[in-house]
Amino acid sequence: MLHEPASQGGPDPAASYKMRLGVYMFIAYALFYAGFVAINTFKPTMMESTVFLGLNLAVVYGFGLIIVALILALIYNHLCSTKEAAMGDSQDGSQGEDA
Amino acid sequence: MAVALFVLFVTLVLVLSFYFARKTKSASGYFAAGGQIHWGVNGIAFAGDYLSAASFLGICGMIATVGYDGFLYSIGYLAGWIVALFVVAEPMKRLGKYTFTDALDAKFDSRGIKLAAAISTLVVSVCYLIPQMVGAGVLVEPLLGLPHYVGVIMVGAIVITIVATAGMTSTTYVQFLKGGLLIVFSFILVIAVLVRGLTTTPDQGGDVPFHEYRVMTKADLGSAKVVATTDVKDLTFAKISMDGQEAWWQQTAPDTYQEIQWVVATEVDGEKVELINGAPKSDENQLRQSGSLKAIAGKTGEEADTGAVGPFKFLSILADKSTTIQRWKSAKFDDGGDAVTAYYPVDSAGNAVMVPGLKFKVGTGYEKLNFISLMLALFFGTAALPHILIRYYTVPSPAAARKSTIVAIAAIGFFYILTLYMGLGAMVSAVVNPVTNNMSAPLLARSFGTFLFAIISAIAFATVLGTVSGLIVAASGAVAHDLMDRFAQIKMDEKQKVKAGKIAAFAVGIVAIILGILFRGMNVSFLVGWAFAVAASANLPAIMMLLFWKGTTAKGITASIIVGAVVAVGWILLSPDMYVRYGLDPETSLLKFSNPAIVSVPISFATLIVVSLITKKDNAALA
Repeated sequence: MLHEPASQGGPDPAASYKMRLGVYMFIAYALFYAGFVAINTFKPTMMESTVFLGLNLAVVYGFGLIIVALILALIYNHLCSTKEAAMGDSQDGSQGEDA
Repeated sequence: MAVALFVLFVTLVLVLSFYFARKTKSASGYFAAGGQIHWGVNGIAFAGDYLSAASFLGICGMIATVGYDGFLYSIGYLAGWIVALFVVAEPMKRLGKYTFTDALDAKFDSRGIKLAAAISTLVVSVCYLIPQMVGAGVLVEPLLGLPHYVGVIMVGAIVITIVATAGMTSTTYVQFLKGGLLIVFSFILVIAVLVRGLTTTPDQGGDVPFHEYRVMTKADLGSAKVVATTDVKDLTFAKISMDGQEAWWQQTAPDTYQEIQWVVATEVDGEKVELINGAPKSDENQLRQSGSLKAIAGKTGEEADTGAVGPFKFLSILADKSTTIQRWKSAKFDDGGDAVTAYYPVDSAGNAVMVPGLKFKVGTGYEKLNFISLMLALFFGTAALPHILIRYYTVPSPAAARKSTIVAIAAIGFFYILTLYMGLGAMVSAVVNPVTNNMSAPLLARSFGTFLFAIISAIAFATVLGTVSGLIVAASGAVAHDLMDRFAQIKMDEKQKVKAGKIAAFAVGIVAIILGILFRGMNVSFLVGWAFAVAASANLPAIMMLLFWKGTTAKGITASIIVGAVVAVGWILLSPDMYVRYGLDPETSLLKFSNPAIVSVPISFATLIVVSLITKKDNAALA
């Protein structure tokens, strides 16, 4: 009993797709984050330059990291849900044939 | 009014707790809320769990005194959720039952992993608990007028009651309530700040007249005499006697004196007395709140007042080169046996405050390394915090785990954007306490009226309650479930497991109370940095490699957790920052920078890989 999940989860055919997708999106975001750290470390004065609406790069990049995180998360969820539904259909299909 | 609202809040929280207690009979229910909490609720509860005293009080307080550098924490903390979502959320859900130790051990059933992971959970939880308990003391002192240790004991007692009666379920709903209210009222506060606009003479809505700190030249001295001068690093302070009164001023130039604030710890008739600005400390005589604008986009005086401003205008005005922000710093020195702390103003241009660099300098190579190390710890630490991980088990499916993480990211991201406005608002509204910046956000709220102050303080207190209860559940899970049940293999039925969990919660709670009292005065964000660095070093490499590399062996995981934790904690204890705490000269530390992540995380990964390769045969035996 102890080795089971806290609630029942069935087999997940979309698992490897989701894992790969997750890794790619993680790497993309990590690069975006690394850019922020790199500019601050090696070219800090660039952070003072005005980008738009009177806002400096520090603020725009900082807000950008937050907003992009959310956008990527929503994209990830959409792609995962779509894949789960597609996989689920093909699974039902094959089960139907077997029966 | 503050007391009434406070009591109302706490009662509400306890009532919820007892209501859900009646529903929790199983170990599953106790530790992971029966795995049936809706993802929307869980998402906001995630946010409530995550937005601790460090986020709300610490970050706003740091922004209020050093500007953008405080916001770096917001960015780092939030970015960490990307690691959690894209890498960890779903696989973790599939792996385990109650705790992060289970997830790591699902494939191996190894005693080494059980022990190492459980201890790591305990260490990180305790590191995270201390600043929360210290935060509780900091909040309760001014709010209820009670001493620090009373606040700590109160939080400990309330949380132990909540956790011991209903475990995860009630903490989830407490977190949900707390997270939601925190975000809503922070939003209201930010709107209030924007509507009030910027001025060079902030007076808290008319309640506290703005104090203009004078500048005198030698010519202005007249009959006043400079009685003594003291040099502290590159600052000079002068004691000036005027009309029979002595006051400390800062000598900013050979013939210019800046009015400051100062506190003297002295003895009168053998009794310790604290003098504030020359007179004994009393209800009427306290240090004045500080922080203001000397010039707004080049203008001063009444024509500088902006009236209501939009969110972008607010930030762009503050970032303007010709906006001058006056912050306050402190210096300590000795005056004939009396300890003097001088609080003096420092003017900074807006464009320097609104970019990183006032606190986390990046001049020397080691400073650069320390900055990168900090950003690394924040990025990798979130996904590995045990009290966050355990929340993945409270939703019914991996898809729900994903969705609740997204709700959390949205809520937390929005809140962190608000922290920038709250921190900056506090910085320029003459509300910051020069001694400690932790209360900046609540004090900013107070400048808009008692009601907002009372609500925000009560929410801040609930913030501490929420985080502490999440941590204690994670820690009690480590003790009862991981150590007693799985490692020591003490046979227990469901009922006994729940009881063990509750006793463990009680014990951890007591330890937290004791430590919270002992660590009084310690900087809240500093200790949270510990927890992140240890989590990133001890837990994350194990989770990531387990999920992505088939060659990972049980011994590899065990070794990496132990090495990661030891290197991280050891580094911190020997770091220059800690040497200052010990009262030693930071220059004598063997280490050249304080944040261990850039060293401990790679070492932990390397250990895992090397030990796994050496013990390859173990995996073959498993198959």
